[in-house]
Amino acid sequence: MIKGKLLPVLTIILAIIAIWYAMTVVLNAKWTYDQAARAGVEVSFSEMVADTMGQERPVLPAPHQVAAEIWKTTAEQNVTSRRSLVYHGWVTLTATLLGFAIGTALGISIAIGIVYSRVMDGSVMPWVIASQTIPILAIAPMVVVMFNSMGVTGLLPKAVISAYLSFFPVTVGMVKGLRAPEGHLLDLMKTYNASGLSVLWKLRLPASMPYLFASLKIAMAASLVGAIVGEMPTGAKAGFGARLLVGSQFGQPLTIWSALIGAAVLAGLLLVIISIIQGLTLKRMGMAQ
Amino acid sequence: MIQWFILALAVWVVAFMVNLWLVQRNDFLSRLAMPITLGVALIVLWEGIVLGFDVSPIVLPAPSSIWARFWAETPTLWADFVQTFVGGALSGYIMGCGAGFVVAVLVDRSPFLRAGLLPVGNFIAALPIIGIAPIFVMWFGFGWESKAAVVVAMVFFPMLINTVAGLQSADAMQRDLMRTYAASYPQTLLKLRLPSAAPFIFNGLKICTTLALIGAIVAEFFGSPIVGMGFRISTGAGRLELDMVWATIVVAALAGSAFYGVVALFEKRVTFWHPSQRR
Repeated sequence: MIKGKLLPVLTIILAIIAIWYAMTVVLNAKWTYDQAARAGVEVSFSEMVADTMGQERPVLPAPHQVAAEIWKTTAEQNVTSRRSLVYHGWVTLTATLLGFAIGTALGISIAIGIVYSRVMDGSVMPWVIASQTIPILAIAPMVVVMFNSMGVTGLLPKAVISAYLSFFPVTVGMVKGLRAPEGHLLDLMKTYNASGLSVLWKLRLPASMPYLFASLKIAMAASLVGAIVGEMPTGAKAGFGARLLVGSQFGQPLTIWSALIGAAVLAGLLLVIISIIQGLTLKRMGMAQ
Repeated sequence: MIQWFILALAVWVVAFMVNLWLVQRNDFLSRLAMPITLGVALIVLWEGIVLGFDVSPIVLPAPSSIWARFWAETPTLWADFVQTFVGGALSGYIMGCGAGFVVAVLVDRSPFLRAGLLPVGNFIAALPIIGIAPIFVMWFGFGWESKAAVVVAMVFFPMLINTVAGLQSADAMQRDLMRTYAASYPQTLLKLRLPSAAPFIFNGLKICTTLALIGAIVAEFFGSPIVGMGFRISTGAGRLELDMVWATIVVAALAGSAFYGVVALFEKRVTFWHPSQRR
């Protein structure tokens, strides 16, 4: 299973890196030629390629430049230092996890309400869907400013944005999941004269687990995006979002790219953790596919 | 002042009673009326909170002042809408979804490529792609082109994954039938696999509508001409003109809902045969 997948995946990853290197040459060539023209020297093709690989402020940094930058800002820095990518990653991670926890709890609560109350099902569900058309990411800076004016600073405003983005997939997934048990199982619970609470606890919640984990993965990705965008307003001094903005304002492509790759690695780790918990849980419950 | 808030609470209770009564009736009109009742109650409650507790307009403007701003500034809002939605979101959406679809059909021919692209594509779709916005603004300038490029990058992978999954959805029995008809690859694609992929493709298209709008708006924070919804939101927040910001948000919510609705309507037309469309 794994063996059959590894080769194709590696091929694709290598292809992406190859394309990246090719694009590096194409996009950075203009700068090299301009510099040469200014100095009045001719550059051969091979000299040009060599130069595009190590510019100070490249249009697109080469993968090894980004790797070196990440190495410099992780391994060679004190973890608590402001220049350490680990420190910025930690700031983003805490906001992401808090928002994810709030969003998941909220999403599950709303889903239970929708499944158990017909009034909520009719009136709330359309608004849950409509809530996602409001571009919260676009007003994230404003939300942070709004919280600041109320005297709430730091982690919570970012977490609120994360929660707003992550409660939606959990709500939708859990409504599906809590309605997953078949009619005859619900009838069986009725014959036992089970209360609504024990139907929820013993039948609906266990049945919804596969749906829950599928939603959690989407919600985790959404939380991370929310936290990063929440860090972009000028008030944010730390986190991947702040690094992106700093890199953008001071024209430092390496800062931007290392923050991007850092965020990608963080997203990957979080997804892997959820997948592992999913595997263990579903195996214990006898639901493993 | 506090009586405003109490009045709003009373409206809320009445709305709840109305919904309780509507749920008993359970016909088409009441199903339509329930969310509307809740929405009206929410807006009244919001207005009641602002009036009752004297909330500063810098923190949260009242719906009435947003409404007034919305009608006073219609030309500006319209120009922003055209710049961001038509220029950034829509053009990027068409290019990105089109490219995702075409690549999916090409990749589908090779099992090896498919096995490699799916996990990688799934991973990339989960990444905060919005982060490339500053880079694209550097590359393509401040105009709508950079926004469209961000949107293309955001919608490409979700569309690719959904389409590839959809093309796999026709079952072996149906494919065997096509083989017994000696159908060629394009015939099988057009007559069996694309129609059976339609629900998946539309799922991708619907997810991408919200992504496109958000991408276009957020990309404007990193540099834009002096028109556009993202520009309006960031400058409005800077000048503490929050009613203007909220008016823009209303436009964005309306545009997003309409965009989603149009795609959903198309879906109903195309996939009328699918179980999820049955009444």
